[in-house]
Amino acid sequence: MEPLDVELDEAEVEFPQEPMLLNVGPSHPAMHGTVRCVMELSGESINKVDVQVGYLHRGFEKMCERGTWTQVFPYIDRCNYVSPMLNNVGYALACEKMLGIEVPERCQYYRMMLGELARMSDHLTCDGAMAMELGAFTPFLWMIKGREMLWDLFEEECGARLTHSFGRVGGMAHPPTDGFKENALAVVRHILSIIDEVERLLLGNRIFLDRLEGVGVISAEDAISLGWTGPCLRAAGVAYDVRKAHPYMKYGEVDFDVPVGQASDCFDRFMVRIEEIKQSARIVEQCAERLADSGPVNVDDPRIILPPKEEVYSTIEGTIQHFKIVMEGLKLPAGEVYSYTEAGNGELGFYLVSDGSGTPYRVRIRPPCFLVTGGLERVITGQMMADVVPCFGSLNMIGGECDR
Amino acid sequence: MSQALVELIQAKFPQAVIETHAQHGDETVVLEAAQWKAVHQFLFSDPRARMNMLMDLTAVDYPERDPRFEVVTHLLSLDKGHRIRLKARVGDPDGDDAEIDSVTDIWASANWMERECWDMMGVRFRGHPDLRRILLYPEFIGHPLRRDYPADKIQPLVAYREVDNIEKLPPFGEEEGMPFGRQTHLGVPDPDADEDAQVN
Repeated sequence: MEPLDVELDEAEVEFPQEPMLLNVGPSHPAMHGTVRCVMELSGESINKVDVQVGYLHRGFEKMCERGTWTQVFPYIDRCNYVSPMLNNVGYALACEKMLGIEVPERCQYYRMMLGELARMSDHLTCDGAMAMELGAFTPFLWMIKGREMLWDLFEEECGARLTHSFGRVGGMAHPPTDGFKENALAVVRHILSIIDEVERLLLGNRIFLDRLEGVGVISAEDAISLGWTGPCLRAAGVAYDVRKAHPYMKYGEVDFDVPVGQASDCFDRFMVRIEEIKQSARIVEQCAERLADSGPVNVDDPRIILPPKEEVYSTIEGTIQHFKIVMEGLKLPAGEVYSYTEAGNGELGFYLVSDGSGTPYRVRIRPPCFLVTGGLERVITGQMMADVVPCFGSLNMIGGECDR
Repeated sequence: MSQALVELIQAKFPQAVIETHAQHGDETVVLEAAQWKAVHQFLFSDPRARMNMLMDLTAVDYPERDPRFEVVTHLLSLDKGHRIRLKARVGDPDGDDAEIDSVTDIWASANWMERECWDMMGVRFRGHPDLRRILLYPEFIGHPLRRDYPADKIQPLVAYREVDNIEKLPPFGEEEGMPFGRQTHLGVPDPDADEDAQVN
């Protein structure tokens, strides 16, 4: 076979004059999660984008209207499947706000510890996947190894690696296991060493930096207008963190910093997440000091919390209580509530409407990812085709949460 | 959430406010649908409010009411840290003419949330630049989060394969789930439902 370019005169090559339409996704290695981008390219730069989501839509909000308030937890788990513990706690807090109860202090610190560990797992996954998509496979494996340790920890606490369903209205499904604190601190130390190694490997890498710095810039005004929250908004220089701005649980009493970016590019979004892992480690350490070894985890209210199994089988009160909660569901007062927490990708809000029966009337999940992905169009318009990969990776779109 | 904001709206738009309440500390103002955009624009630009973030936009379906839908927004001011919830009631009991002004030219985040609201609830937004379905496919018929949309209805885009000797599990039927808890929830009674479902 002869080489194709044997008598190629570049002046004679005809390049297309029309813009080219290119389809990426929904099943594409760079579009982790399932999202489809239809782009109009002029050469290598992007003129127009249509971002299409919904490939993972499973109708969670409809399904929530069919069970009890407690049966919503498994759906909430499957929204952000990388940090389900944060979602569990967020939903439990929404229901508790409606009931007007506060869980005991031990439970609050326990929830905070679990939540921050879940946040670490979320950020490890996002940064690892981002590095992998740019060709750096080693940091991805290291970070996933760290995530695996976190998931082992969760498995020990609640029996499931990924979809915990561990939260309950008025407490947690189980008190902390005996070795929880020591194990958590050991894992956190290990993750910090992984982060240290990853930083040394990536932050001196010319290719990695060139692919991220100055790419996917968005102004703070645009980010606010697009409803961005979480690491993506903080990378744009806006220090809005629900944990600081509207402290819930005991976040007002622990000491941590809110990292913000300056350039609002992909690199800043990467670094904000790295820094947040370190801040989460600080919170975990402080909570571990304050988490009591004994004491109640659940609120003391038989209308909300299932009685212990021994009582169910031996006393008539326990049996009735158990039956009422399982068959009718716990009753939330009629009305509506909007409760918000800082999840892995930003403000996770729950707008709950109750009609006073045991079944939710409406469960609206305000997904941070949905709005962040809504800004993808603005981020990548005008960029080069190759920049779509780091831009999309840095937004950390979680399909389950975006599409619900 | 902030009581001062409620008073601000009441002072500026006395005719637009239908009712206010503050359940669980969340200040809520129910507005005339005609003033929907004006109030949002005011809250966005007024220096006392400065609600620069549209946090959430959704709708709730009450099939027995007229107007049927409640469109709900949650606003946040990043500078002042206060929040408010605004609502407007739209649509007749059939749900055909549910329509309200779009707020996309105030906040860009409204774009996708209004599309989702149209997709899931069938509320139209006047002046929205691109009101397409977002989570579902264009061929989909109906709006699934309406309470009269059956939860077990399926609309596969590609027909299911016919396979012999496979016991298909039924989709989540009307009689499944939590029969005791659902008493007040059957918005539109289904004449075909069997007796058990009606009792519950």
